Amino acid sequence: MAGERIVIDPITRIEGHLRIELETDGGRIGNAWACATQFRGIERVLQGRDPRDAWAFAQRICGVCTGVHAIASIRAVEDAIKCKIPPCAELIRSLVSGMATLQDHVMHFYHLHALDWVDVMSALKADPAATSRLAASLSPWPNNSATWYREVQKRVADSAGGGLGIFAGGYWGHPAYRLPPEANLMALAHYLEALSWQREIIRLHTILAGKNPHPNYLVGGMACSINLDNQIAINRVRLDEMAGMIDQARRFVQEVYYPDVLAIASFYPEYAAIGASSTTLLATGESAYSCPGAPAGGAVPAGLIMDGDYRTAHPFDARKVAEFISSAWYSQPEGDRQGLHPWQGRTEPNYTGPKPPFKELSDQPKYTWCKAPRYEGRAVQVGPNARILLALAQGHAETAQLAREGLAKLNAGVEAMNSTLGRTYCRALESVLLARRMDQWFAQLNERIRSGDIATFNPELWEPSSWPRQAQGVGFMEAARGTLSHWVEIENGRVSRYQAVVPSTWNSSGRDPGGQMGPFEQALAGGGTHPLSDPKRPIEVLRTIHSFDPCESCAVHLLVPGGGGVEVKVQ
Amino acid sequence: MKDPMEGGWSRGETFAEFLTRRGVSRREFLTFCGRMAACFAAAAALPGGAPALAEEMAQKLSGARRPGVIYLQLQECTGCLESLLRSGSSPIDRLILEQVSLDYNELLMAPSGDAAEEVLREAAARPHLLLVNGSVPLGAGGAYCTIGGDSAENLLRRAARKADAIMAVGACAEYGCVQAASPNLTGAVGVADIITDRPVINISGCPPIAETITATLTYYLAYGHPPPLDGQGRPLFAYGQRIHDKCPRRASFDAGQFAERFDDENARRGYCLYRLGCKGPATFAPCATVEWNLGQSFPIKAGHPCLGCTERHFYDRMTPFYRRLPGFVVPGLGVEATANTIGVAAVAASVGGVAVHSAATVIARKRTKKAKPETLPLAVLGDAEPPSRDENQKT
Repeated sequence: MAGERIVIDPITRIEGHLRIELETDGGRIGNAWACATQFRGIERVLQGRDPRDAWAFAQRICGVCTGVHAIASIRAVEDAIKCKIPPCAELIRSLVSGMATLQDHVMHFYHLHALDWVDVMSALKADPAATSRLAASLSPWPNNSATWYREVQKRVADSAGGGLGIFAGGYWGHPAYRLPPEANLMALAHYLEALSWQREIIRLHTILAGKNPHPNYLVGGMACSINLDNQIAINRVRLDEMAGMIDQARRFVQEVYYPDVLAIASFYPEYAAIGASSTTLLATGESAYSCPGAPAGGAVPAGLIMDGDYRTAHPFDARKVAEFISSAWYSQPEGDRQGLHPWQGRTEPNYTGPKPPFKELSDQPKYTWCKAPRYEGRAVQVGPNARILLALAQGHAETAQLAREGLAKLNAGVEAMNSTLGRTYCRALESVLLARRMDQWFAQLNERIRSGDIATFNPELWEPSSWPRQAQGVGFMEAARGTLSHWVEIENGRVSRYQAVVPSTWNSSGRDPGGQMGPFEQALAGGGTHPLSDPKRPIEVLRTIHSFDPCESCAVHLLVPGGGGVEVKVQ
Repeated sequence: MKDPMEGGWSRGETFAEFLTRRGVSRREFLTFCGRMAACFAAAAALPGGAPALAEEMAQKLSGARRPGVIYLQLQECTGCLESLLRSGSSPIDRLILEQVSLDYNELLMAPSGDAAEEVLREAAARPHLLLVNGSVPLGAGGAYCTIGGDSAENLLRRAARKADAIMAVGACAEYGCVQAASPNLTGAVGVADIITDRPVINISGCPPIAETITATLTYYLAYGHPPPLDGQGRPLFAYGQRIHDKCPRRASFDAGQFAERFDDENARRGYCLYRLGCKGPATFAPCATVEWNLGQSFPIKAGHPCLGCTERHFYDRMTPFYRRLPGFVVPGLGVEATANTIGVAAVAASVGGVAVHSAATVIARKRTKKAKPETLPLAVLGDAEPPSRDENQKT
């Protein structure tokens, strides 16, 4: 059957710019192309700079994953010059990253994903009293009176006036919406509450790292000094404020986000079997909190689930990563079929697509700005489900207990974590675990301060004159969206090459020279069973794409030529 | 009385109709205008003072309608919009549910694809306010950033056609920022390089503090005209003073007390970070007064030098970040004298063309047109000529 060609551009409620092109046959998707439509070239900007400045440039790769690029960059430089940082600095980095991940997961669910499942118009027709009873049955969260839900309805209805603002043009009333009005209203109320919540808890960043988005980092540690007896330093007032934010973060995750995800998921059980993607999944740590070097981390070492064997964790060997440009607008002297390791990769933008405005990209072999990383030739999924599956395969008891309870409520098996619903559920599950971990780190930080260990910076290698003339380093990090690595080469105190392999290039990559699709494409087209009932209102596609939490500004690549094979070890 | 900005102001409804519906009396409304005017007049030292302003406000506000807003995201990282989401003075939920009708914004809007494009067409055909994040890459025929299959440049031109006011939010929209840093592979430029027939308000920073974005918007809503701007098109209420002028570490700067390295005893005492590379003396921004994230703190307070992100071309011009600013070499009283001299020069360079309202914007536009932004020397850095890349990199 000849398929109907469909273009969805822009894909909204994501970071960056993404276009999806599809072929459908009577309500099912037969083929899919993911097109990243933005290129910025930050790696090239980094060449020739002071490596101690690199974090600030690299961080601007993404304003949503704010901070994780900075940490990956800092770790790469610290790895290159062999700089160890004080334990307090590591704890502070973990607290900053952990809070960013919690905030990011919650905002992803409510503000970028929930409207795929929650019908705002239906919420306006709900009975506030019944909504209050429903909410009380799910969680002890105090903000659930009928008066409160009535106020939310009135607020949103009043705002309608001549139009709906951000809610205008939504696919309201689409038969794919399945929640009863009361559940819709509960979720809509939490959409608004989450906006206030995120702005409060993120102040932890501001205390420790100066601001958010784009907090400050430092090669060799963190810049905030601890001094209990000084007004401006991290003192008792600041510590008390942070304690409050951590508590607030944990309560919202446990009493609102996690119960909401389970409640909403129970109305969409078929999505546990929709949107499955690559069965090879990679994580370089359980989460933002267990990267190499973190004192509280390391509970789940880097590794892979390979070829759908969810019981076995394989060690990660960074030498097996290669990036391809066969479907991306770059050129290299080795030709389009040759995959290059990040140390050897080069990327020169070479746009060969149609001049904008254009109608179609997928009618050409190259259709995206996103390179295609592969691991031993496999397309790889990264993200919360990779981290959770890896933790389970490695027998991480705390993860296993929570996952068992959750999967039982959803009546699903572990393989369901590789699905549209699974990715969304894993994100919530990970948040519960991470919120607990925040408490532990904070306790450890307080314990160190009590014992008089307050150093936050190691000055030994601050001056580039103390560095080797040539050095190479790599920094790994689990961003909210998946495995992130920055690769730096330093020559005479300057950056001589820089490369970032990011979650979005793993997940939203296009086809490799063997024709193998990237994970977004596989999730939509793999098996030819993904539903799409109304191409004008592609809600099913949004559900699956949003479940990856795309962050497309990361899909920028540029590297200088050169470099031989280099052995890379990840602990 | 109730805050008249509170509660749902429907699109299409005038502000006077909205107030009547909310049960706010005319007298209460005038009291509110008086109060607001007193605030703004004190801040901006406007001619005629508060009474004249109050009258102007009352007049303009009564007939105002809840405006439609198109908020484009072009070549950028979404950090500016993330910042906006953290606004406390006009929280995002109040902003989008009550103050404006946010008709098009890719990060927040419900529909995608065709439905999103339809919303944009409709919103752009009506009068609206246009906010822009991100730069416009002119290279590769516009292919470095496309949305709906069209280039950022075309999108911007279409959205600007019927815009009542255009706000370039963040350093990317102002001049291209990080992707425009050397070697600017994509040919990224700012909004004012494309929209040259009308004033563009630059809300500077990488990203700007949320409250400066919302206040620029509410300033416009309250008075019906943009705020007074400095020579770079930035609102004076946010960019009228240097961070250095209001810095909590200023007293130690004046006393010659400096941190010599990160986390040394002096850093732990809260001493000045100038010797670690702080760009606060050269940076016009409200970080030290408004502070970040609900007034919690800001980089210098949290121990890190200011990077100078509200100044044009800060990535190239403010790096290496940990290099001291030139001209600030003598400790103690000598430093104070030098700082003040340079401070005066900086104010002159930055605020030179200030007048009130649109006049300022016109001047700002002319200044920008005369010289290419990348060749504008930063007087505050002691530039007579823009330094070459290599000179700039010297430690």
